[in-house]
Amino acid sequence: MTSVPDNDAAGATRKGRTGFVLTQGGRKVLWAWSFLALPIVFYCWIRFYPTFSAFWLSFTDWDLLRPANFVGLENYQRLFADPVFWKTFNNTFAYLIIGMPISLVLSFVIAYFLDRVRFGHSFLRALYFIPFLTTAAALAWVWRWFYQPIPIGVINGILSGLHLPAQPFLRSPAQALPSIMVTAIWAGLGFQIIIFIAGLRAIPQTYYEAARIDGLSEWAILRKITLPLLKPTTIFLTVFSSIGFLRIFDQVYNMTTNDPGGPLGSTKPLVLMIYQTAFSSFDMGYAAAQTVVLFIILLAISLLQLYLLRSR
Amino acid sequence: MRKRFTLASLVAGISLMALSSAQAVEIEYWQYVFETRVAAMDQLIANFEAANPDITVKQVTFPYADYQTKVIAAQAAGNGPDVLQFFYGWLDKFQKGGVLQPLDPAVFPTAAIESDFFPIVSAIKRDGAYYGLPTAVRSLALFYNKKLLAEAGVTPPATLDELVDAAKKTTKTDGGGNITSEGLTVDFAGQDHQWWREVLVRQMGGEPYDAEGNVAYDSDAGLAALKFYTDLQTTHKVGMVGFMDEGQAAFKAGLAAMTIDGTFRLGSFGAITDFEWGVVELPANADGVRSNYASYFANGIGAGAAGEEKAAAEKFLAYISSAEAMEVWLDVVGELPARRAAALTDANLADPIYAPFLKGLEYAHTTTFVDEAGQRQGAIDMVNRVLLENQDPKASLDQAAAAEQAIIDAAKM
Repeated sequence: MTSVPDNDAAGATRKGRTGFVLTQGGRKVLWAWSFLALPIVFYCWIRFYPTFSAFWLSFTDWDLLRPANFVGLENYQRLFADPVFWKTFNNTFAYLIIGMPISLVLSFVIAYFLDRVRFGHSFLRALYFIPFLTTAAALAWVWRWFYQPIPIGVINGILSGLHLPAQPFLRSPAQALPSIMVTAIWAGLGFQIIIFIAGLRAIPQTYYEAARIDGLSEWAILRKITLPLLKPTTIFLTVFSSIGFLRIFDQVYNMTTNDPGGPLGSTKPLVLMIYQTAFSSFDMGYAAAQTVVLFIILLAISLLQLYLLRSR
Repeated sequence: MRKRFTLASLVAGISLMALSSAQAVEIEYWQYVFETRVAAMDQLIANFEAANPDITVKQVTFPYADYQTKVIAAQAAGNGPDVLQFFYGWLDKFQKGGVLQPLDPAVFPTAAIESDFFPIVSAIKRDGAYYGLPTAVRSLALFYNKKLLAEAGVTPPATLDELVDAAKKTTKTDGGGNITSEGLTVDFAGQDHQWWREVLVRQMGGEPYDAEGNVAYDSDAGLAALKFYTDLQTTHKVGMVGFMDEGQAAFKAGLAAMTIDGTFRLGSFGAITDFEWGVVELPANADGVRSNYASYFANGIGAGAAGEEKAAAEKFLAYISSAEAMEVWLDVVGELPARRAAALTDANLADPIYAPFLKGLEYAHTTTFVDEAGQRQGAIDMVNRVLLENQDPKASLDQAAAAEQAIIDAAKM
């Protein structure tokens, strides 16, 4: 039995002339880090470095062609004076403030009842989940054709069959944003339902049994037991779906390709404005300033939600 | 010993390669992906290489949506193409960024360019120097569905009044007042904004831009042109923006009697089998004034090309803008030759499809865009404000003019 040498804090030990030899624990840590190092380096390189570059670019007038010049806060001044920015800002928050609560309530209600359905449960769940698996661009194009005017639009065809007036949908500044939002909510519903069902299943049945023995109504059970115990799931989905709506792009771009974000900019979200500024106008500095603003909004909203929904 | 031998043969190999590359120049040609254009260029490259065995041309293509970004990014990285295709409207951007070099007047004499090509080639001239030469040009015309016009008992319109009349007679609606088949497509995001800018504004007695390139359509003529256009949907109800998603889709499906579109649509409409269609010149106004909008992709020489590569690039450019190349392009792509002599042949002028487009080229105008996407968007919004928000056409026109002037001013700085 050889005696175990003294370990220092790093898990290395001095052993004769050979220098440092790692203990078993130290070796494990080193192995772990060498495996982790690759993704960490890669992640820093493809994620953090470009992020910081974007911050720097937002203070320049880089247009891809000529070297970037430092222009201070000029891009930000221009941004806050740009009516298009405020329009897209409002649109982005309309997607969030209307879309996120509706999608959460809807998915909770569906999950709540789907959880109780025994007959065809898997089939129904699959039906709700399939849109989430489908490419957003393909979904957007199918819906784009649904919304067409007569003679090819399915929805207007039904309205016409019921002797109701045809609706402009994507061709109306007032209806276009809600029309696109419906498709975005529908596409994300499946994922949220699955997560809610998992959350509901994780609540121990014994609580419900105890509550029923005590004679609590179903409504009270929902309010006092189900919702509070579902809070971690709700927090996760709120943050997740908020970020999704703030970053909405695919649906809008594909449903309005002739006039991206139109008509009259009524559906244009911030991400589409960034895309156009960067890759149609090649105004990279200005686009970077818009990106920084979006980043700050996403950060602020995520922190705010975590704070509001924190467990007391 | 063996190692040294390998090294020696490697060195010999490299020097051999260097030697052969000194004899054969390879140049890169860039254009965007469009099946017939790529096929036509492959054919031209094969012909060129057969005539010039010491030069090889490598064709590189990118999707249209990424094309400009690729060119600009490659330029920034210092490995741009030797010869590249560009839309005439991108020239200002490319010139500012140093993507292109001006053509050497000793190789491409200015006087010869101006006498041989259609006058619209002047849109790629800056400070007396040409930055490229087009192979083919595009113009607009009125496509009509022979079956629908015959059913309504009308002949293809020659004037704007006849156009409105024919459109009214060919429009079909259902009981609820919804259009089921358009008389004339209304699609400003398609080619209609060009029709408005370069044709209707001029036919109403105005000019879209003044000699300095500033907005000039905020005039009575511009207003009359805008009203003429929006009346098609609001008063005459012969078409509706968004019907069948796009004007060309409506026409292709046989649900539009007439549509205004360009030569580049010939290939797509050529696939129509359900009905026969014809082409006439864009309608004249009551005084017989006609106009047209012509555009083109030109080929230019990349700023990085120098020495023997530049000489090879010049040879290649001269070939792809020759009359011979233009014939190949017309056959394969269907676009009209940019040289008068190659375009205005008896055969082409007798062709019922090509003739209206060729006649249009004689009096066509070309808009000098500084930010094509931005200026197009402004025009689309102008019409949408009138059609969707019932804004007064005069107010909408003034707003559009101010917005476009701001884009032009920003580009001049």
